[in-house]
Amino acid sequence: MKAKIHVTLKQGILDPQGKAIEHALDSLGFKNAANVRVGKYMEVDVNETDSAKADAQVKQMCEKLLANTVIEEYRYELQ
Amino acid sequence: MNIGVVVFPGSNCDHDCEYIFKDVLGQSVKMIWHKDTLPAGLDAVVLPGGFSYGDYLRTGAIARFSPVMGAVKTFARDGGLVIGICNGFQILLEAGLLPGVMLRNTSLNFICKDVYVKVENAATRFTNRCESGQVLKIPIAHADGNYYTDPVTLGGIKANAQVIFRYCTAEGKITPEANPNGSLDNIAGIMNADGNVLGMMPHPERSAETLLGNEDGRLIFLSMLSAFGKSEQPSRLVGV
Repeated sequence: MKAKIHVTLKQGILDPQGKAIEHALDSLGFKNAANVRVGKYMEVDVNETDSAKADAQVKQMCEKLLANTVIEEYRYELQ
Repeated sequence: MNIGVVVFPGSNCDHDCEYIFKDVLGQSVKMIWHKDTLPAGLDAVVLPGGFSYGDYLRTGAIARFSPVMGAVKTFARDGGLVIGICNGFQILLEAGLLPGVMLRNTSLNFICKDVYVKVENAATRFTNRCESGQVLKIPIAHADGNYYTDPVTLGGIKANAQVIFRYCTAEGKITPEANPNGSLDNIAGIMNADGNVLGMMPHPERSAETLLGNEDGRLIFLSMLSAFGKSEQPSRLVGV
């Protein structure tokens, strides 16, 4: 199965990259663009046919390595 | 004193640390490849600066799973002295040996310059040769040194006097202008509750001998020696 994983900063955590992009969008004329948040997107092939097992594994991957849950949150979909 | 300097793929301050302990202070140093374990008989372990694993994913996030880190954790749990400098600090945070995380500098810039830090706690095994409130000039060199933790943890480490260094002006004032990276509460270095693990963003090994024009960082290493009842040995460089 393929896991598509998004890791983003939690709300309330300052995102300097997001702020810089927001300013750039503003100077490009996109005056209505706000709250830009930069995150990471990862794809992982999991050699597992049981979706419950794959789900549990991907959750562990996120908790142990892919996200630092002090500042980041994650969500994923399995296909 | 027996020092182990851990070498990760991408470490680049490892030999500076070896040089300070061995050549400047006359101690015994072993370089430890990250796939090895710690040799017996070490008094202190250094996690040096650099860009372990290219800073992929997050700074320190992958180094923390290097085989040697299991031994470093055990060493720390058994009371061994561990100092993490810059990337080493980031690895200690990711490994959970120190609380908190590093965010990108608010300026988004890689900042490489001398900064001033105030010694907030001089009664530690890393700062006993400093005076409380002393201002040290030590260089930083990082893009991710913006320390962050939740308010409860921050309250805890402040109450326990675990905040060891804070960015300040040359006169020792803690101001927003003296904060180079946006770090919470101007924090530049923290210690664990047991007092044997220190993480700091400034590089004391880059400011530890007269030849380099600044010796302030030497106090950190001398403090570690003092904690073991050792003093610096005559350097082989004396008289050069």
